[in-house]
Amino acid sequence: MSDMTLRQWLLTDAPTSRRHARLASLYKGWLSLRSNTMAMFGLGILVALLLMAFLAPILAPHDPYAQDLANRLLPLGTEGHVLGTDSLGRDILSRLIHGSRITLYIVTLVALIAPLAGLLVGTIAGYTGGWADVVLMRITDIFLAFPRLVLALAFVAALGAGIENAVLAISLTAWPPYARIARAETLTIRSSDYISAVRLQGANPIRIITKHIWPLCISSLIVRVTLDMAGIILAAAGLGFLGLGAQPPSPEWGAMISEGRRFILDHWWVATMPGLAIFTVSLAFNLLGDGLRDVLDPKDGGQ
Amino acid sequence: MSMIEIDGLNVWFGHGPDRVDAVKGAAFTVEPGESFGLVGESGSGKSTILRAITGLAPDWSGRISIGGRALTGHKRDRAFYRQVQMVFQDPYASLHPRHSVDQVLSETLQLHGFRDIDARVVRLLDDVGLGQKFRFRYPHQLSGGQRQRVAIARALAGEPEIVLLDEPTSALDVSVQAEILNLLTDLREEHKLTYLMVSHDLPVIGHMCDRLAVMKDGEIVEVMAVGALRAMQAQHPYSQSLLEASIAPGSRSA
Repeated sequence: MSDMTLRQWLLTDAPTSRRHARLASLYKGWLSLRSNTMAMFGLGILVALLLMAFLAPILAPHDPYAQDLANRLLPLGTEGHVLGTDSLGRDILSRLIHGSRITLYIVTLVALIAPLAGLLVGTIAGYTGGWADVVLMRITDIFLAFPRLVLALAFVAALGAGIENAVLAISLTAWPPYARIARAETLTIRSSDYISAVRLQGANPIRIITKHIWPLCISSLIVRVTLDMAGIILAAAGLGFLGLGAQPPSPEWGAMISEGRRFILDHWWVATMPGLAIFTVSLAFNLLGDGLRDVLDPKDGGQ
Repeated sequence: MSMIEIDGLNVWFGHGPDRVDAVKGAAFTVEPGESFGLVGESGSGKSTILRAITGLAPDWSGRISIGGRALTGHKRDRAFYRQVQMVFQDPYASLHPRHSVDQVLSETLQLHGFRDIDARVVRLLDDVGLGQKFRFRYPHQLSGGQRQRVAIARALAGEPEIVLLDEPTSALDVSVQAEILNLLTDLREEHKLTYLMVSHDLPVIGHMCDRLAVMKDGEIVEVMAVGALRAMQAQHPYSQSLLEASIAPGSRSA
């Protein structure tokens, strides 16, 4: 035991304790994620984004709110303004760096609220069946029937403008697809023998749903969340564009695009730079999500 | 007092014109410590009787009593789950794909209210002939026979008196089948269990059971002792044809 390296200890066939087993399976998951080049690429971008958001005041060369009308709409590569300046002479690079905080904030909150709400509604509807299923699924249908942005607009109009309300509105419109996926998964799981077996041990429905059904629904939800990431960022941007999301002069990426839209023919970089930022982050989420799904998939997990 | 008493049991699925009567007027009793077999072809309602006992088939009428206590509806109480456990047919479907052996067994023990979970998990794994190195494995890392051993350990975790066996070996290789059957025989002796076993395999029933009931189209056509089975002395023509089919040229013998 003592001459065993840490790696051997983690890769053992016969773990000696629960903690050992958990660490070993985490390590094996990490190894399989690491062998997926694209997923690691996505993870790298997201780690960079996190660092960027965390260190924004240090990294940004300028104050993101400082206006300089004499130097407005400077092109790329100008000295002191690597990515140029926008219509009010603010440094685009600094605004992008500070904007990563807002983007991360919105994306994280929506990505937590919407799938969780969907998971809850979908699994309860799928597992209990009967009238609960009918009621919950018809509510889901009603939410699905509205175009997403229009519904979000209505919510923001009712709740008031601002980032928190935008997050809430986007989450409220984003959960129904998750509920549908979770319900479909639950329907196939609930009649399986392993659920019957745990029912025969006297487990109550709450325990069955949270401990036995949720872990199996999560991998397909993660894929869906990562695919939705770009849509979430754009929905936030759309609300910002309509004056109902992030308020100017906040450097939210979507709001920056809509500001730059006015100059898109003559000064393309003003809208393109935040667009590229959104594209990169969405791509990173997609790549990582795909890799995570491979790791989390129960059918070939740990192999 | 009989351990399992079933009288006039009807089980059906669906309602109205879609109603299918899976079991019609079944009646038999199983004594404490006995091993009772239910045989018949696919669709004859053998497994449905087990599902009605455990409450997994909600629509039934008639009388089912376990250890003298009559059951009603499809809700079962904690005392029932401690007394009666079931081993499912397909070990590939009866274990949660994301739960390790340790998780399966400790959750079961926790649900039955045991405190010394660690010691009991170790003992259960030894009981079913799986060593400690299997404790933290996941189902996809186990063979079919090993999975079935885990399923048996799970059924025994709550220290039941009655174990319902739903074709426990039909999804396994012939060589593994024998191991699992011997394990079940040993465990029955060791823990003084009562078995109610469903199978379409007469040699398996002949090996495992004391008495058996032959089922056809949802009805029990004959209840006989295993001696009569071995001596090929069935009363009912259907049971006789079943017996003859099982020793037909080319099939394996008991």
